[in-house]
Amino acid sequence: MITKESVPSSTKVATSRVLPNWLRDSRRALWPLVTLLLIMFVDSLVSNSFFNIRVIEDAKYGNHFYGSLIDILKNAAPIVLLATGMSLVIATQGIDLSVGAVMAICGAVAATIVGKGIESPIPVPLVILISIGVGALCGLWNGFLVAFLEIQPIVATLILMVAGRGIAQMITKATIATFQNEGLSFIGVGYIFGLPVAIFIAIGVVLLVYLLMRRTALGMMIESVGANSRASYYVGINARVIKLSVYVISGICAAIAGLIVTANIRGADANNAGLYYELDAILAVVIGGTALSGGRFYLGLSAIGVLIIQAMNTGILTSNIQPEFNLTIKAIVVLIILFIQSESFRTFVGHRFRRTSS
Amino acid sequence: MTEANNHTPLLEVHNLTKTFPGVPALSSVDFTMYPGEVHSLLGENGAGKSTLIKVITGVYKKDSGSIRLQGKEIEPSSPHDAQALGISTVYQEVNLIPTLSVAENIFLGRQPKRWGIIDTSATIRKAQQLLETYDMHIDVSQPLGAYSVAVQQIAAIARGVDLSAKILILDEPTSSLDASEVKTLFKVIRSLKEQGIGILLITHFLDQVYEISDRITVLRNGYKVSEHLAKDLPRMQLVTEMLGRELLEQLAPQNAHITNQQDVYLHVQGLGKQGMMEPFDLDIRKGEIVGLAGLLGSGRTETAQLIFGITRKDKGQISVEGQTVTFDSPRSAIQHGFGLCPEDRKAEGIIGDLTIRENIILALQAKRGWLRFITRKKQEELADAMIKALHIATPDAQKVVKELSGGNQQKVILARWLVSEPEFLILDEPTRGIDVGAHAEIIGIIKDLCKKGMPLLVISSELAEVVDYSDRVVVLRDRKKVTELQRDEISQNSIMKAIAES
Amino acid sequence: MRSRFFTIGATVAVFIVLYVVSWTRFPAFGSTVILSNVLYDNAFLGITAVGMTFVILSGGIDLSVGSVIAFIGVFCALMLRDNNIHPLVVFAMALAIGTAFGATMGAMIYYLKIPAFIVTLAGLFLARGTIFLLTTQSIGVTHPFYQQVYDISIKFPDGGKLSFLAMIFLTVLVVGIFIAHYTEFGRNVYAMGGNENAALLLGVPVARTTIGVYALSGFLAALAGIVYSLYTSSGYPLATSGVELDAIAAVVIGGTLLTGGVGYVAGTLIGIMIQGVIQTYITFDGSLNSWWTRIIIGFLLFVFIGLQKILSNKTFVDWISSFFRFRRRVPVQPAQK
Repeated sequence: MITKESVPSSTKVATSRVLPNWLRDSRRALWPLVTLLLIMFVDSLVSNSFFNIRVIEDAKYGNHFYGSLIDILKNAAPIVLLATGMSLVIATQGIDLSVGAVMAICGAVAATIVGKGIESPIPVPLVILISIGVGALCGLWNGFLVAFLEIQPIVATLILMVAGRGIAQMITKATIATFQNEGLSFIGVGYIFGLPVAIFIAIGVVLLVYLLMRRTALGMMIESVGANSRASYYVGINARVIKLSVYVISGICAAIAGLIVTANIRGADANNAGLYYELDAILAVVIGGTALSGGRFYLGLSAIGVLIIQAMNTGILTSNIQPEFNLTIKAIVVLIILFIQSESFRTFVGHRFRRTSS
Repeated sequence: MTEANNHTPLLEVHNLTKTFPGVPALSSVDFTMYPGEVHSLLGENGAGKSTLIKVITGVYKKDSGSIRLQGKEIEPSSPHDAQALGISTVYQEVNLIPTLSVAENIFLGRQPKRWGIIDTSATIRKAQQLLETYDMHIDVSQPLGAYSVAVQQIAAIARGVDLSAKILILDEPTSSLDASEVKTLFKVIRSLKEQGIGILLITHFLDQVYEISDRITVLRNGYKVSEHLAKDLPRMQLVTEMLGRELLEQLAPQNAHITNQQDVYLHVQGLGKQGMMEPFDLDIRKGEIVGLAGLLGSGRTETAQLIFGITRKDKGQISVEGQTVTFDSPRSAIQHGFGLCPEDRKAEGIIGDLTIRENIILALQAKRGWLRFITRKKQEELADAMIKALHIATPDAQKVVKELSGGNQQKVILARWLVSEPEFLILDEPTRGIDVGAHAEIIGIIKDLCKKGMPLLVISSELAEVVDYSDRVVVLRDRKKVTELQRDEISQNSIMKAIAES
Repeated sequence: MRSRFFTIGATVAVFIVLYVVSWTRFPAFGSTVILSNVLYDNAFLGITAVGMTFVILSGGIDLSVGSVIAFIGVFCALMLRDNNIHPLVVFAMALAIGTAFGATMGAMIYYLKIPAFIVTLAGLFLARGTIFLLTTQSIGVTHPFYQQVYDISIKFPDGGKLSFLAMIFLTVLVVGIFIAHYTEFGRNVYAMGGNENAALLLGVPVARTTIGVYALSGFLAALAGIVYSLYTSSGYPLATSGVELDAIAAVVIGGTLLTGGVGYVAGTLIGIMIQGVIQTYITFDGSLNSWWTRIIIGFLLFVFIGLQKILSNKTFVDWISSFFRFRRRVPVQPAQK
């Protein structure tokens, strides 16, 4: 180790605005949060009852809360899960187009194993574990193609995106595999403390992934590989294993999301379960500030990105605007974000601004 | 050589200056080319060769000065524009399209047409005829990528010359060619000379410089050092001019290390890779700094990459403290206690978007594996200690590394390895492009590490520096180890002599 | 570089094997009826895929085509229902809309330097969203012109008939091959996909070519929308979702490299035919379900992408050979067990 004396101290400490760490880190949360609040404010204008929450007496599932806010949270849960996995994948300069199809596969697996009867042939926790295992397997396949065969992520995950729904249909024998089992449907329709179970699952998974990322070195290594893969190779990071792991995590997240969606309708719909969810998830990650070019990722902000999208959806649904506007508005939001994120556009606008103001 | 034309220059660059934010790349450089001459442009990294070419070919805009082509002031706005003016460039990594046929590459954008329809057979016929004038008899309908780099280069030259080139710039054309391919290329160059075309050549191989050049211009640190007729320039003088002879103020003789002859840490035997580095032997003892000197392209970085497992060897072996080891990636080298500060700091060293703290602990963390997490508190302690010990100029460890100056980035990379407690360090150009203060500090760190018994392999093109700290100096030339100088033989003169010898 | 013919050779081989297998199972494959039906049913997909071939050859991707087809279908149906204009006028408007839409996306990709994948994804949303603004219902077309078009066909002696829609597809294909190989634009597309930086240095007008490629894709998607409108005689807002995937699959199976620069428009026809034959086989065999189409196409995608990867990656070939401890370079085999 170096001792201090041997080094002449000639360099000055640069003086720059010093912000406390927590403030510097949380500055980027400002815009997504402001956007969310703004959208919720607009929502409350178009629907008077937006912030109302009342208690529904329900003999079957227990008393629970009811309102637009609860609705947003519940609908956001599966996409939050996808966005969590997607954040990690995007951080490594990848993308996972297959998550919607993986949701369908894992939902189909769970619905088929649990059977048509009230009683499941095997314990429900085991059904859930098997389904998650299948999701991990799907992720392993994607990760193998990306990390070991070095196929571009879009292309590699396209394969499962195309074939996945076919596989799901094969599992459900091209029907909507309905089931009666209460244990399995609990994760979709049940309530804990009056709130939908799905919310707790989503929060739990996000926390778990957060701990996995930030209480081990995995998160830093993912960011390192995504930010500069060559330099990461030079410091001895095994980029292949890192990449493999993010696709596996993404697969697991998709499996849990698939379980929630399947449990919610008590049936696995191979054609429609998770359809276009991958796009929402990617959009949420981008809104949350994780760059598509890889590097830093922000799990919490990706989740806020999902809430922004859901608040928009719900706002449109509860307003007098037709739900048909939903996609158009989403497209316009994507375009605005793309414009803002585009370096060329920013410099272009910057030049214009400077030119006119000077 | 057509003597008659020699009086009027083809290209005159006068007082050319180009500055990048904060760094002057060219400072009032003059450069003159005559028709029918091969003019070599020589210099080490950062000398300004590629900046000069890029200004001439319109990639960069000059700050001041003038460029005249046949007496007429020009200011090309793009390589395409320069080409239209008659200046063609062929790069080492040929800038053609490997998936298109050879014929199409030559005629892209000006394909022979009949009624507006591309006449494929005419394209092929014309390309075949054109290449035959270069003594190349190949099937031009095959994709370019199917052929060797030499063929690709000649195709690129043929395209450039056919577009009425007056000046042909060849940027390291021979780096990936074998001896017979170089011969073919030189034959082409000679025949172009006879046509009165001016050829600007950049190459690292001195033998080739002398074989083909009529005139030589040497650049260093953005300045023109000299211009000579090749036949009037002794090799030794050329090397001296390229490397420069700077007198450090205090050339205090290195306190002779008592290196124990038995304590060989690293033993390299016959290590090499086909087409990249000739097999070489190297011993490094504990507490010893071995300097690695040679011109750019002589195999300095390649040597480091072979030892560190970045490129896989195909010959020879490495042993560490008597045990034979095989590295198939930097990862396995690091597990054996190696560390490498790479030459290209930005692309291979720092991870710009991460903080100083993360950059510093990354190698240690990678060594431990992702599960054996270094706690945030411990990370901060390590980073803060390093910031203090190496005088990294930053308010705190949370600053993003890309915002630091070059010298401080270099210190962060050094800190990264020091934290991982290495047994052996390879430093590739540790002092390039950093300010004077940081320069001295880094040399201080290197000496200090050595004093503590660490073996080091240091690559540098600054000879004064190499002479200052090395216990032994290995000299490379043309991807070959040519000699090894012992402590009492080391001087700038002896190193340059070894580099220049042919 | 034998690889450029190798992948298309593999495509043709797969097609022949599939066809022969189907023929032995179902003798009906021996007549022209099947082939003409495949061409008729897949005409809109084929036209889209020709556009997609250009986009992929240039090194890009266009995810918006499925939505554009549906949009044009709805647009035609609405215009014909609410106005008294001739379908041909409506079609001309549709083609103009599709071309402008594609050109706009191309301009965004080039000038804003946003990945094509993201821009066209936004295009997918926008086109589909705009349909929902127009209608949420399926709208039928009753214009007599549609019936007249349906009646145009070339009949074969054994009962098959080449429909007008198939003729449009084949015409587009021929024109596509011509553009790709015999025009400067076509060669510039190949050059750009092969190496964009080099293309720029060689004087390829990259801006114009990028915009042109997406405009062409938008034009052909609009044409496919018209064909789809003629095919179904209706406009349905939810139609043709996921067609972009089928088109990409056809292009890749047709031997075009997803990284750009290498491939044949003609290969895309084979890619379409392979998908068509698989579908027909599955329909004939009543016991197989339609899901097999997707799985088999996914599998073929994997095989062909794997094949491309192996053939384009020397180190991978080396890695595989070292893996099996072969001393010498072995002839490359497809990545199948």
